[in-house]
This record gives sequence, C-alpha cells and structure tokens, in this order.
Amino acid sequence: MQGVKVRSAPVVLRGLPSLPVLWAAAGVAALLAACVAGALMGPVHIGVGTVLRALTGGVVDPGQANILWSLRFPRVVLGVLVGGMLAIAGAAYQGVFRNPLADPYLLGAAAGANLGATLAIAFGPGTTVIGLNIVPLAAFAGAGAAVAGAYVLGQTVSGLRSNTGLILAGVAMAAFFNSVQTYVQQSQTGSIRQVYSWILGRLVTAGWDGVLLVLPYVVVSALVIFLHRRLLDAMMIGEDEVTSLGISVRRVRLIVVVAATLGTAAVVAVGGTIAFVGIIIPHTIRLLVGRSYTVVVPLSLLFGAAFLVLADTAARTILAPAELPIGVITAFVGAPFFIAVMRSTRAASL
Amino acid sequence: MSDVKLAGVSVSYDGVEVLAPLDLDVASGEWLSLIGPNGAGKTTVLRAIARLAPFAGEIVIGDQAVLSWGARELARHVAMLLQEPHIPDGMSVSQYVLLGRSPHLGYLGRESARDRRIVADVLRRLSLDDFAARPLGQLSGGERQRAAIARALAQQAPVLLIDEPTTSLDVGRQQAVLELIDELRREEGLTVIAAMHELTLAGQYSDRLALLASGRLVALGTPAEILTESMISEHYHADVRVVAMNGSGTAVVPVRR
Repeated sequence: MQGVKVRSAPVVLRGLPSLPVLWAAAGVAALLAACVAGALMGPVHIGVGTVLRALTGGVVDPGQANILWSLRFPRVVLGVLVGGMLAIAGAAYQGVFRNPLADPYLLGAAAGANLGATLAIAFGPGTTVIGLNIVPLAAFAGAGAAVAGAYVLGQTVSGLRSNTGLILAGVAMAAFFNSVQTYVQQSQTGSIRQVYSWILGRLVTAGWDGVLLVLPYVVVSALVIFLHRRLLDAMMIGEDEVTSLGISVRRVRLIVVVAATLGTAAVVAVGGTIAFVGIIIPHTIRLLVGRSYTVVVPLSLLFGAAFLVLADTAARTILAPAELPIGVITAFVGAPFFIAVMRSTRAASL
Repeated sequence: MSDVKLAGVSVSYDGVEVLAPLDLDVASGEWLSLIGPNGAGKTTVLRAIARLAPFAGEIVIGDQAVLSWGARELARHVAMLLQEPHIPDGMSVSQYVLLGRSPHLGYLGRESARDRRIVADVLRRLSLDDFAARPLGQLSGGERQRAAIARALAQQAPVLLIDEPTTSLDVGRQQAVLELIDELRREEGLTVIAAMHELTLAGQYSDRLALLASGRLVALGTPAEILTESMISEHYHADVRVVAMNGSGTAVVPVRR
C-alpha cells in the first residue's frame, strides 16, 4: 500500500469528531452562570452590582468585599477546579481502562485520601507543615500512595497490559486502606464526626490557599489528559489492535493514570472524596453529545466545573448557616438526572 | 523489499511450547496461507510476526529484524487484521480508519491533511466513502470487515497479516473480501500472510500453503501439493474429497462418514 495515490485537491473527510460550537458555548455559559450564582448566594445577601464592582476594582463595603474575596470567590474557583478535575479524571480513567464504571477513585485514590485525612484528623489536628494544614497534605499523600501501590501490585501480578490485574489491584488496595481507615476512625471516637464530614466532601473555606495548592496539579493534569484525547479514542478499539498500530498501551495508561491521579489527589486533598462527578458528567456528555474524547474531555471540564460550583452553592445555602456535605448534593441531584438522561437516550452506547 | 523470513521462531506461554521452532520464507508480494486444524498455531505465527506474542528466534522483514524496530516503525511495516477486531459501535468509519495513520504520527501528534487525504482515498477504494460518517455499529458484518481492512490499508504497511478473514461471512462476502485483498496485493505489491480456515478458498487465493499441526510445520508447498485427501485426512482427521475444478483450483469437500 506504499503507492496509494494522494490527491492534491483538499478532501473533506466526513464523520470526524469535532467539538460542537453550540455545546462548547453552552458549557461556558453554564460555568459562568454557576460562578455568578456561587458568588451571589450565601447567608449574607450581596447583590450583582456589588459582585461586579468587587471584580472590577470598584468601591465596595469592606465587610462585603471581605466575604467575597476571602470566602465566596476562592470557594467558587476551588469548585471550578475540583469539579472540572474530577470530571476529566473520570473520563480519562474510563478511557484507559475501557470501563464505563471507572471513576477517579478506581485505583484507590479515595481510600488512600480518606486514610491520610483520618490519620491527620485523629492524631494531628491543627498541625501545619510549612504553613499548610496537615489534613490535605496527608490526604494527597494517601491518595498517591494507594494508587502507586495498586500500580506496582498490578504490574507484579500480570503486567500492565492487563486491565483486570490493575483494576483488581486497585480494589485490593482500596479494601486494605478502607479497613485501616475504619479501624482508626472507630478507635478515635473524638474525631469521628469530623472524619465523616471530610469523607463526604466539603470545599474548604481557607481563602486562596486551597486554590493555590491544587491549581498547578489541575493545570498540568488537565493539559496532559487534553493532549491525549486522540490516544484515548484509539484505546476504544482494544489492546491488540492499538498495539498493532504502534501505540504503547502501557505507556498511554501510565501517563494518563499518573496525570489523572495527581490531579485527583490534589482536589480530593482540599475537597474530600466527592462522589459521582467523575462518573455522571463524562457519561452524560457521551450520551448527549458524543463519545470521542475530542468532545468528552473539554465538555467534561466545563460541565463538571459548573455542576460542582452549583452543588457547593446548594450545599452551603440549603441549611444555612449549617452546611451539607457536597457529596450528598452531587449524588442526590446527579443520580436522578443521570437516570433521566439514560432513559431518554440510548444507554447501550455507553 | 517486504519479504518475511522466520528463522527458528518458537513461542511458549508459561513454559508450554505452542509453536515449535519454525523456519519460513515468504517472498515479497507473495500470498502465503497458514492452514491447519484448530490449535495448530496459525494465529500464534501471525501474532509473533506482529510482536503481539513474545517469541524466540528471529523474524526479519526486508533486511531488518522486527525486534530492532520501535513499535511505530514496526506498524509502518506490518499491518494486522485480527480475527475478531474490536469495533467500537459509536465510532464513525472515517475516525476508525484514520486511526490506521497512527504509526505515521508522533506520540501526541494529530493527523494532517495528508493523512485525511490518504484515508479518503482508501475509503473510496473500498467503496466505503458513502459510509464515512456512519457509526460502525450500524454496519453489516461485511461492511465492518471492509472497514477493518481499510484501517489496515491506511497504515500503508507492505506486509499484511490476516487472521481468518472470512469468519462469520456468507459465501458471497467471503469471496468479495478475498478478491479485494488479492486485488490490493497485486496492485500495491503487498506481502500477505493469512491464517485460513476454509481450505478451498485458501487454495484458490494463495501462492503457497503452510500446513501446521500441533504447533509444528508439517508441510509447505503449492495448493496442489498440500491439498491432498491423504494430507487432510491425516492432519484434520476428516474424510474429504479433493475435486479439480477445470483450472479454477481444487475444492475440498467433506463427505459423510
């Protein structure tokens, strides 16, 4: 086939995936609307004009400016980072494992983060390391340790080209970390409520520290996943086929999993193990728009971010001044919505 | 040059030898079919050449050992059609065939206008241009097989490995697929190595047949030399009649015991 003649006239190849402009615009609009809602809503009423003046450097009441700049804006930005990251990490995991049930916690990231956070809350409350609260650092380290352990275990069991070996290693690692976490949680009854609240997820309100902590990880992770969208599409055709095209399944999986895990560990460290976002957002995009990662990655980023900002806004306003765990909102709203989408489309295309 | 040489190639899984040391030379532009009963090692030979199975010995294409190539370079020389390719239902035909350009792209590379032109030409060549935007899940079995061939052709590799190309196709589509591969082989000078289940078709389309049994090469020669009643009876344990068809090769017909 060396001699296939290449025509010089431009060729339009129909059926290639591309990001639909309308959906991209809808995603941006949804994200902006969610951010506006997040900035406006809260126990203290602050009007649109005040928010706009604060953003453009206008004169604002110092108390209100403090609420916006110290509490609401960083929390909205954190919601954007956490939601977008969990959604594209879920999409990436589903792609490299060719498993629709994969989520960012598949290889034990959540179990590891929970154990790290539980240990920190139980044995070192209030401790700081280089000026940072130890809980997110311990959660980050726990998540990384669990996934690294699963990867090493999966490799020794059956080699990295085996999906099943790696997933089972993740299940084993998560079970082990969960058992230790439960033991610590039950034996340290004084901190059980705090631990439980952390596990269900809650965006911290420690100003911009949390944002700055996760931003580099989210940017790098999202960029790596975005650059892999053609290879994630290629992974759909099966391991032997992909290999015969000269693509190293092992390398793609390792790079994508490392990137997605770093981003996930970072956002879990500050937001807790918020459930469901990494499953429902990518699948909703697949059902409504298309399966190609050219579509799924950018739209998951936009809609995941918008969804989590709205969920967080609801979590802190429904029972204000008390807060609901954000994981309760994501599951309570997300599950029925996802089921409705599945019923109205062809779920078989998952 | 795209001749393929196997020297002492053997394959073992968990210490169990499934392919005994095999020597085989396939000339550039030749169609060689691997035949033999189930479990004879036909697919294993193809997987070894494509480096999908670890092997001992040496496999050389042209004057290069396949082990000396990186994965992408190997894929620029060898394209493989699996027996049951995984066809993602939601992917369009054009996107699927465009994946065949992967060996020509960098790790994070995107397809160029030239890659899209090559794919458009392959689709036209295989009469798939009207299906370009259609999801693979909406194609018939024969159309899917053509899409899989198109993906392999888009690789522009001079060696084409095909594992049971006619499985689950009706007799008309079997013929159409084999005619298409033969036509492409002659026009593009492809070297074709195919694992074939259907003996009559293997004899009609191949220059030579390699008969494998229990992981060993037991006979190699022209179809007339290999497709004999005694040979098939001995290795397939089947009662057959081999019937000459007035210059159109031979037909291998099972007869009831």
